[in-house]
Parts: sequence; structure tokens; C-alpha cells
Amino acid sequence: MNAPVTAAGVLHGAPIIKAVKQAGVSHVLSVPDLHTAGGLLTPIRSDPDFKLIRTCKEDECFGIAAGLTYGHKRALILIQYTGFLYAMNAIRAIACEHKMPMCMIIGLLSKEVGVAPQESKKFGLRIIEPILDVMGIERHYVDTDEDVGCIAPAITRAYEQSHPVAILIGRKPV
Amino acid sequence: MMNRTKCLEALARRLTDDEIVVATYSTASEWVEMSDRALNYYSFGAMGLASSHGLGLALGRPERRVLVLDGDGSLLMNLGTLVTIGAAQPKNLVHFVWCNGSYEANGGHPLPNQQVDFCAMAKAGGIRNVRRIEKLEDFEAQLPAILTEEGPVFVEMVIEQGPLGPRQYDDMYKPARRQRMREALGA
Repeated sequence: MNAPVTAAGVLHGAPIIKAVKQAGVSHVLSVPDLHTAGGLLTPIRSDPDFKLIRTCKEDECFGIAAGLTYGHKRALILIQYTGFLYAMNAIRAIACEHKMPMCMIIGLLSKEVGVAPQESKKFGLRIIEPILDVMGIERHYVDTDEDVGCIAPAITRAYEQSHPVAILIGRKPV
Repeated sequence: MMNRTKCLEALARRLTDDEIVVATYSTASEWVEMSDRALNYYSFGAMGLASSHGLGLALGRPERRVLVLDGDGSLLMNLGTLVTIGAAQPKNLVHFVWCNGSYEANGGHPLPNQQVDFCAMAKAGGIRNVRRIEKLEDFEAQLPAILTEEGPVFVEMVIEQGPLGPRQYDDMYKPARRQRMREALGA
């Protein structure tokens, strides 16, 4: 499903965090992303319901998340789209070939408000959705508070059915 | 300089059914033949991620000791893991790095630098308990402590280069192995 295009609306971090909790996530694995640093990572780091594991590079997150599944622990991988691109080989193997429940929230840093990712002037942003599609990774676009309802069911489904999912954050959460 | 096979045999003799062993590439090829255990986890994905899988397992299963059997070439592809592990401080994680100065699984070509001090890097990353072992008798003598003391533990194993392959990974990565481990762990 391609992202809807709208300039109206606002995206708050709080309902996203609430949805992640509803999905039973206990661990957040992250390399800071300027797009989500203030709205998501900052409140998450002081939230006692989460164990935050800071990694040095994004591909580490996928190995750690895979290992956590053997302890019934659900993890959220919170990264920027550039980190998603960096970690491609780990995602290829762990998420796609081995069908592990890798749940990503991917910040689309500097995406123009009201512009769909595939219509962005930035090459790196335009290619994210097509890459996810060719890899067969379920994706959801969250640009305003009205879109947040997809997050908890998507993560829950990923863990119940053991497959990856990507939540693309279009607008900078506040 | 040690022989990896002999070291792995010594390790296998000391293990119980409780430890999780995360093996990768050349070491995994030997381990899968030597010690076919339910709690063997063959790390997959980008080369270098064995210790990341191991960290996840250690955090997810704090009641079990997790032994990562990494390679020097692999670790160089994911050096940040030493800092991540140093920050997370998993008490139940032991990170062995088998150091032969080469990308053995990729044809035996040398690492960019043969003089890398992995123990120094592990210490700098925040892992206080580090060891460098060059003789089999020292490894055998230190194993009881390595397998019981508080982690994270980092062990640089100085070994000679092993056979260059070819290696078959399909068997070690098959879903049935992962399912067997999940059943053994009730996961």
C-alpha cells in the first residue's frame, strides 16, 4: 500500500509508544535517528516499561532481536532509513530468509511534509518502500496520529506469524 | 598457537546440556560435526553478527550461560559489538574469538592487519574480564573459570589456520535446528 499524501495533521510520539507497549514489546534496540530522537527515543529511554539497548550500528539490532525471541522477549528496532539501508544484509538473512519477527520503526528523516515517500526529492527516501516491497516485508506508513492504529496489530501479527514488519514514520513525531 | 579442533574438543568435554553455544562460519563447521546439541545456535545473517545474536540470547535467557564462538575476521566486521556488550554487561555471556589472522571461511586471505589487539579493544569497549590464550594446556586450565565467572567475558584464542573448506552451511541453518532449540528452551 502506497503512502497517502496529506499535509494536514500532527504525529505525536506518545500514542506510538502506547501502541508499541500494547504489542508486548519489552526491548527497544536503537541507533539514534534525528527524525525520531526527540519524539520517541527520548521518552523511551526513561520509560521503565522498556529496556533500551543502544547499539553502535543498525545490523546489530537484528541479531539481538533474533536472540531475544528465544526468551519470549519482543523487541522494537528503532532506526533511521539510512540505517535500514546499511543493515540490508542482516535484514535479508534474518528477517526475510529465516522469517524472524523483526519489527522496525524507520524514521524517514527530512521527508517533505505532504509528500509521499516515493515522491520525495531525496533518492534515499524514494527507494525505501520499493525495497521493502521487493523483499516482501509488510510495511505501514504512519504520518499522523490517525495512522497509529496499525502499529500494535502489525507488531502482534509479526510475532504470532513470525515475519518482519516495517513501520515508516513520515512526519517527525512531537 | 593452538589447534582449534583440540580446543573445541576440550570445550565440548566441559559443557553440560544447559549452555547455549552460538557458533559461526569456520568454527561452526567443526562444532556442528563435533557436538550436535539441541542448544547449538548457528548465527546467520551478515558475517560478524554472532556476538549480537549471543547478546540477544544472553539478555533473553539470563538463567543460561551463552558462549559465542566468533572469528577474528567476523568480529572485525562488527567491532561496535564490543561497545554494545560492554554497555549491556550481560553476566552470562562469554565471547570467544578464534584468531588466526585470516578470513578462513572466505579462502584464507589475511586480515588487513595481523597485529590487532582484540583484548585491548574489548577492554576499551567496557568488557573488564578479558583473556588471551595461546596454549592448549592454558585453555584447559582456565576453562572452569571461564565457564563460571561473571560475564561478560572476552577470550582471544590464538590459533593456527584450519582447513579452508569448502563448507556446507545449509544443514546448520535448516529450520529444524532452530525448532529443536526452541523446543529445548520452551520458546
